[in-house]
Amino acid sequence: MNNKLYDKLIFELSRQGRRGYSLPETAFPDAVGSIPENLLRKSEIGLPQVDELTVVRHYTNMSTNNFGVDTGFYPLGSCTMKYNPKINEEMAAAPVIAAMHPDQPARFSQGALAIYHSLASALAEIGGMAEFTLNPYAGAHGELTGLMLARAYHDSRGDKKRTKVIIPDSAHGTNPASAAVAGLKVVPVKSLPDGTVDVEALAPLLDDTVAAMMMTNPNTLGIFERQIPQIAKMVHDAGALLYYDGANLNPMLGIARPGDMGFDIMHINLHKTFSTPHGGGGPGSGPVGVRAGLEHLLPNPRVVKKDDGTYDIVSSPDSMGRVSSTLGNFAVQMRALSYILSLGSDGLMEAGGLATLNANYIKESLRDLYDLPVDTVCKHEFVFDGLKDKSTGVTTLNVAKRLLDYGFHAPTIYFPLLFHESLMIEPTETESLDTIDSFIAVMRDIAHEAAADPEMVKTAPHTTPVRRPDDTEAALHPRLTFDEL
Amino acid sequence: MKTYFTPTHEYLTVDSEGNGFVGITDYAQKALGNVVYVDMPEVGDEFSEGDDFGAIESVKAASDLIIPASGEVIEVNGALEDNPRLINEDAMANWIIKIRLTDPAELDSLMDLDAYMAYLASDPH
Repeated sequence: MNNKLYDKLIFELSRQGRRGYSLPETAFPDAVGSIPENLLRKSEIGLPQVDELTVVRHYTNMSTNNFGVDTGFYPLGSCTMKYNPKINEEMAAAPVIAAMHPDQPARFSQGALAIYHSLASALAEIGGMAEFTLNPYAGAHGELTGLMLARAYHDSRGDKKRTKVIIPDSAHGTNPASAAVAGLKVVPVKSLPDGTVDVEALAPLLDDTVAAMMMTNPNTLGIFERQIPQIAKMVHDAGALLYYDGANLNPMLGIARPGDMGFDIMHINLHKTFSTPHGGGGPGSGPVGVRAGLEHLLPNPRVVKKDDGTYDIVSSPDSMGRVSSTLGNFAVQMRALSYILSLGSDGLMEAGGLATLNANYIKESLRDLYDLPVDTVCKHEFVFDGLKDKSTGVTTLNVAKRLLDYGFHAPTIYFPLLFHESLMIEPTETESLDTIDSFIAVMRDIAHEAAADPEMVKTAPHTTPVRRPDDTEAALHPRLTFDEL
Repeated sequence: MKTYFTPTHEYLTVDSEGNGFVGITDYAQKALGNVVYVDMPEVGDEFSEGDDFGAIESVKAASDLIIPASGEVIEVNGALEDNPRLINEDAMANWIIKIRLTDPAELDSLMDLDAYMAYLASDPH
């Protein structure tokens, strides 16, 4: 394998005139003449000119540099990098699923509508909500849909003055971003030293200008928010809605339901809790659920089960409107339903407990060497504030880079912002004890290396194809196209 | 010249003419890491105490800049546009904006250096 040649950029492998295809003479020679002059390309298209074998070797070599959950342990906190069972892929790739057209009429797509309806019903049962829409195309899209639902709810009551969303300072960045895109103003609420919402600080923020409060439970420190019933009462007394960010739903599966806690609207990231793939930037899926009384506001179109047992696609004039051109990313929905049916309710109820056990096992096995700022039983994830011994100057970034040398993906670093050296670990339930023990052993080794040879840890990774990119320079002077190299 | 500090780690140095230089503290630059962008207001913009007057972005995080006291922007530090890393080199020397204070009485509510050092020692996040 000549990696040195083929690991260059595809543009560097380009040679003038080289190509891997041949096209027949056009059967419509006059067609070009009928295209208006202003629409014709004047310059070269700028694509690399390469033969087929070069393309194959380039991308095959590059693929061996990939790291995914199929390659190794991926304890990326907050991302729930659980295994994506292959049966999900088989189901989604079945021709009856994969070959469907999104505009196929309801009477020719009863099976697909049954899949949509089954998944939506399962999520409603898991979330304790009245009804789910599966239409949003990703988690952030679901968040936006949920906040637009909150606006639609207040608008439908003729209440136009609610322009604020309260968000804890430990929240994921998508929360304020979604609120801003929905046209709402973000009001942060402080956390207590244990990372949970400060209820006393919340009280004065609640008034008749608040549309909703967003919460993640367990929060981003992996701590279960115990004050939810009280917070729900305060939020509801102020006339606002309580929004559940489903990012951390995994440990609660089958154990506790946001709907029972008093949440009004929630979204779920299927790629986290329900084992659909994370990779490649998508496609995603961000189902949104609402409590009873808000169903009529859900986005159009909706899938309904009729009395005769058949399904239909309906639109309602009361709806907040459309958020998508179709019923969402159907193949992703198929994978999530496959996961739910494979595990069954018993299996789902075990998942959260095992994820919680794994996280606590790692936390307790490393706490003598890493700084544990919130010392309590965590749920599916927890946060260290860097190494306990700060005298070596070895930072969380260095520990993360050193892990790559040992073949582990790094945990999430420098999030949440509550601590300076956050190192956020989420093992999920799908890892064996052997994998987890070997991760613990490596984390312990790195802590000892940091004391014995800090320089070596500070210059890690030493064995990866790309070592330490200059991220400051990249952010300051990004070179985004081949022409700029 | 006297320097005042905020709990959100901005400083305000007031000169003899009553103008203020606003930047972030050395503690803040260390916590942020390498600064890659400073979003600054325009000369003539007016802010009230506690307003966001811009944002600072590092390789680790983005953070709002909070104005320690009310005032009108009379100068922005243009050198930071080309080289935001100046803040990492010397945060106290490389101020971000110069303001004309509109309510000097507000200074009484800010921390002086001793109070700020005590505040840092209390380990705020």
